[in-house]
Amino acid sequence: MLKSFKIGGVHPAENKLSASKAIEVLALPKTVFIPVGQHIGAPAEVVVKKGDKLMVGQLIAKSSGFVSANIHSSVSGTVKKVETGPDTSGYPKMGIYIDVEDDVWDEQIDRSTELKSEINLDSAAILAKIQDAGIVGLGGATFPTHVKLMPPKGMKAEILLINGVECEPYLTSDHRLMLEHGEELIIGIQLLMKALNVNKAAIGIENNKPDAISQMIKLAYRHTNISVVPLKVKYPQGGEKQLIKAVTGREVPSGALPISVGAVVTNIATTFAVYEAVQKNKPLFERVVTVTGKSVKNPSNYKVRIGTTISELIEAAGGLPENCGKIINGGPMMGKAFANTEIPVNKGTSGILMMPEKESKRSETMPCIRCSRCVSVCPMGLEPYLLMTLSEKQIWENAENEKVMDCIECGSCSYTCPANRPLLDYIRLGKGKVGALIRSRKQ
Amino acid sequence: MTTIILYTVLTLSIIGVLSAIVLYFVAQKFKVYEDPRIGQVETELPGANCGGCGFAGCRAFAEACVNKGELTDLFCPVGGNDCMSGVAGILGIEAEKKDPRVAVVRCNGTCEHRPKTNFFDGPVSCAIAASLYSGDTGCQYGCLGCGDCVVACDFDAIHMNPETGLPEVDDEKCVACGACVKACPKTLIELRKKGPKDRKIYVACRNQDKGGVARKSCAVACIGCSKCEKECKYDAITIVNNLAFIDADKCKLCRKCAPVCPTNAIIEINFPPKKVVLTELPVSAPEKPIEVTVPVSAEPKSSEL
Repeated sequence: MLKSFKIGGVHPAENKLSASKAIEVLALPKTVFIPVGQHIGAPAEVVVKKGDKLMVGQLIAKSSGFVSANIHSSVSGTVKKVETGPDTSGYPKMGIYIDVEDDVWDEQIDRSTELKSEINLDSAAILAKIQDAGIVGLGGATFPTHVKLMPPKGMKAEILLINGVECEPYLTSDHRLMLEHGEELIIGIQLLMKALNVNKAAIGIENNKPDAISQMIKLAYRHTNISVVPLKVKYPQGGEKQLIKAVTGREVPSGALPISVGAVVTNIATTFAVYEAVQKNKPLFERVVTVTGKSVKNPSNYKVRIGTTISELIEAAGGLPENCGKIINGGPMMGKAFANTEIPVNKGTSGILMMPEKESKRSETMPCIRCSRCVSVCPMGLEPYLLMTLSEKQIWENAENEKVMDCIECGSCSYTCPANRPLLDYIRLGKGKVGALIRSRKQ
Repeated sequence: MTTIILYTVLTLSIIGVLSAIVLYFVAQKFKVYEDPRIGQVETELPGANCGGCGFAGCRAFAEACVNKGELTDLFCPVGGNDCMSGVAGILGIEAEKKDPRVAVVRCNGTCEHRPKTNFFDGPVSCAIAASLYSGDTGCQYGCLGCGDCVVACDFDAIHMNPETGLPEVDDEKCVACGACVKACPKTLIELRKKGPKDRKIYVACRNQDKGGVARKSCAVACIGCSKCEKECKYDAITIVNNLAFIDADKCKLCRKCAPVCPTNAIIEINFPPKKVVLTELPVSAPEKPIEVTVPVSAEPKSSEL
């Protein structure tokens, strides 16, 4: 029997429409807008000014603190202005506008496609390169990778887990990376293992990607310390805690980090970025984005420069379908709707999903019928119906006691609710309020 | 038969008397002294338990008044000055007079003025909408229209106008408890001095964007042009972050600022209609338009609240 996490989980329709489409390189945009806050933590500090000439891969904003990340120019050209611009949330965010001229890359970047497999650097040097390249978790959470690779004092990583699950419906960017850049990924895994000083790694891949599983098994064959673990298809297996449970059987305690059970999880796209940063000196300035949707003419996977507006991606995939009701940043389960199409692709954009109006519309909310389906699907073992009620009634202390902060916002509860109750919306609100309460207590 | 009844009654009476004696001594032993004035003050208060004073209820407020012994920083907005002078009478002190206040909504972005750029399909709650995104119009500072303020009001004093999509305050019912102020995630609601005859004049906008950006998203946005600031003789208007604010304490309700506002962001309420100035036009400047006359109805203009 295939491994999986034990409690909860749902199985939404997979709809991996672009799984067979090879990664295409999107044409260079005319202008880009690169926000300086593309990661969790403090926004980076701008180090360029209006009129500066830039090369591809040049540092344009410097990390401003421990939990922060560098940002590099994704194009060559001139800085048009340093100003606020649109963000997924609709709130303006500081960023850098660049007019694109040619495609001149920084000379230090190795642009050859040749595989560079020997690892000459030591752990500290690898970490420094990852930090310099501004690599963050590309699965969507955008947590700076170098922070993750430096376990707090007294804790030791034992195993590196590579998240090739891609449990969100529609998304296929990690799947394609595994198929097309498997060798690079294996080297990336070795680099991460060396940086973390662990001698064991496992790649978790869901069983709906048999080609990726066989490809990775074939490539990992020569490396006895890297194993490939096929997993049963179940959402949200790509959640850190769920993946650890599925692959190692260990359970991360409430409120603790994965490192407390000796595991560090990185995503496939992040691992690929680590390979490029360390072996090819290439900072993180482009990523693979799945552009998909049921009515989209040509669902595809594109390699996109950070800062390209999503409208260009949509145009490349055959334009906005007529019946489109919502454009989602990421997958349908956890993704957030874009407020408009002038928003740039950032490090956390794993997919752009255009939902038909009929599917995107929420149905009428009805009273809770106490069927407890939300309780049975919650992968964190919480009681979503109760958390929602507490949030609605603004009883934050009780919500805290009911472990609202453990919620991973996977949306399984809202997905499964037969009364269409907006469970996650209220729980997320509660998380915000309780989080603020905990912070105020600490001060 | 009678003896049985007699004995029963007697026994029960003795038990009752003994228990009463025990209870008397226990009560003496564990007696908690409570200032009788707390109860008196509590009866003087409106008993709405709205929390407008900042305490958990009228009882808690009464305790605070009696324990503190003075009334600085203690004020019941629901009861107002009458109620506070009653409380002061019980405590034998002087009460500070405060101007009665009323809630005003500082956004005039009706569907007409502020076109929608997207549609929010989530739960009807401003708190949730604000935590997810900037709003369904181009203005990130404006009203979200989900009515958290309406839910928060215990006095039925604020309602959504389905036509404008904005909340409206009923001045008669509003007690300035501040529940709506706390509920609004965009901090649009302000408690303002009521003014003589309930007259008030304020900037119905919170948009801090630069003029062009603000104007693009909303036709009645404050663009921070500072025309009103220059017009005001009493230094009541300040412009911070491209946004004008009229200080109700300094404002003399002269109404000079409203006509100069190029976007009609300044709202006058409960003023008599302005006299239409139809004097002869100076011959030298025929092009000059007639002095701007803003028709302001005597009734509170519901659509502008």
